[in-house]
Amino acid sequence: MSSHCRNDPVLSNALRARAVAIATVFALLCSCQREDREYASAPTSNAQPPRQSTLQPGATAANPADPVGQHYQDNAFHIDEGSRLYRAYNCSGCHANGGGGIGPALMDADWRYGGRIDQIHATILEGRPNGMPSFRGKLTDAQAWQLAAYVRAMSGNVRNDAEPSRREGMAATPPLDRLPKQPPRNGDPSAGTVPPP
Amino acid sequence: MMRTSPLRWLLPAVAMLAAGGCNRVQSVLLSSGDQASAAGGIWNLMLWVCVPIYVFVLIALALAMRRRPTPAGTTRDRAIGRGLAAWLALVGALLTVLVTASFLVDRRINRVAVAPLQIRVTAHQWWWDIQYLDPDVSKRFSTANELHLPVDRDTRIELASADVIHSFWVPSLSGKLDLIPGRTNAMTLTPRRVGWYRGQCAEFCGLQHAHMALDVRVDNAAGFAAWRAQQLAAPQLPLSGAALAGEHLFESSACAMCHAVAGTIAGGHGGPDLTHLASRRMLAAGTWPMDRDHLDRWIADPQKPKPGALMPAVPLDPRDRAAIDDYLMGLR
Repeated sequence: MSSHCRNDPVLSNALRARAVAIATVFALLCSCQREDREYASAPTSNAQPPRQSTLQPGATAANPADPVGQHYQDNAFHIDEGSRLYRAYNCSGCHANGGGGIGPALMDADWRYGGRIDQIHATILEGRPNGMPSFRGKLTDAQAWQLAAYVRAMSGNVRNDAEPSRREGMAATPPLDRLPKQPPRNGDPSAGTVPPP
Repeated sequence: MMRTSPLRWLLPAVAMLAAGGCNRVQSVLLSSGDQASAAGGIWNLMLWVCVPIYVFVLIALALAMRRRPTPAGTTRDRAIGRGLAAWLALVGALLTVLVTASFLVDRRINRVAVAPLQIRVTAHQWWWDIQYLDPDVSKRFSTANELHLPVDRDTRIELASADVIHSFWVPSLSGKLDLIPGRTNAMTLTPRRVGWYRGQCAEFCGLQHAHMALDVRVDNAAGFAAWRAQQLAAPQLPLSGAALAGEHLFESSACAMCHAVAGTIAGGHGGPDLTHLASRRMLAAGTWPMDRDHLDRWIADPQKPKPGALMPAVPLDPRDRAAIDDYLMGLR
């Protein structure tokens, strides 16, 4: 059968065209996998929390970013989960839908304690003076990262291919991909240099 | 090697599938409520009207195909013309009967109940939040994944969704109705037979759609009143030291962020209300039977039996987890 196909130029051309078509479809299918939805095994952090101040004895030490953060802020699933947790854990009780209320606004470019994802992660887990409670022990580390990724994305700081274009529930703010991009004005990367007003 | 005929496994498989329809727990054909029997009635009517018509049409078609072609120019067959006119009249009459019956049954199913029991069911990915409403606020309570109804009494169920579109379906009691975000639908149930029934989400709603079941218990008036009184009461105080430690852990760790236990400071509403968790029959929306072993495995890693469920695996020391199990198993 196969030898017959090889000898027939018309059939072999048709076969080749079919093979190319199938290969193209498979190549296109690869693009369907935008990210991994890590339900069970989201990475957690072992790194020290980032320092929040440059005040220290001796020379200024480096303040490296936690590599785990990058993973969360580039993953649409984690950002979306963060938005669900933001509502479920009543972050909106103080920060509203990002506009701020009792707590500061999260959708603007100003960051008192740093706008990098690991700094936001530390803010959530350690708490901050003047009201932000510590959520250490109340959240799993992955949840804190998801929340941090969402909070960071609220000011439009999210990669184009990682922003979820729809919300899991109803929301008062536009989808993240329609928010104006506001790069952090201060606090990043040397958080703590700007004293809280 | 002997070739086995596919009939050898196909027949028993089909027989087993069909036998599953014989119990009333989740059956479209054996109705246990007014709404389901109204829908069952019209289903039967349509079946017995449509089957003879279908058979008749097929016979007519076969006859027409066997008939010799008539030569061109022959006059129109008057008998056939009259037959067709009569057939049209019959079809029109039968369709009118079906439309009328369907209209009347629709009205019967959607009639406004008089002084019903009011329940609000909110579907979440992937569980059911059930609130028993009452004008008296102190008589309201929440439960999850288990709906208790009194027999022979109208219950009005408000259906809402917290995330995506779901569908509420207890086949033994009524047809399906969607739960749509931002909108409240309502249906009336009038169960007529005491027993356990099963419902499930009937609209694909995400990864764990298949594990979104609902237990329905229809009870007599006294049994329902007793259950209601028990649900209204605060859960038992922890009896053992371990359970007391479990309560403390529950309230001070991640559990209380999502779950509520009435009468304690645990008041999260991200997940199911656990006030009388141990009195329920199933765990995780019909995924597992409710017992200590399954509860322990569920808390250890919910992603194993129900991947994608919104409850994370909280890192807990096995001893702490055992204490939380003790506490939760005491919530009756």
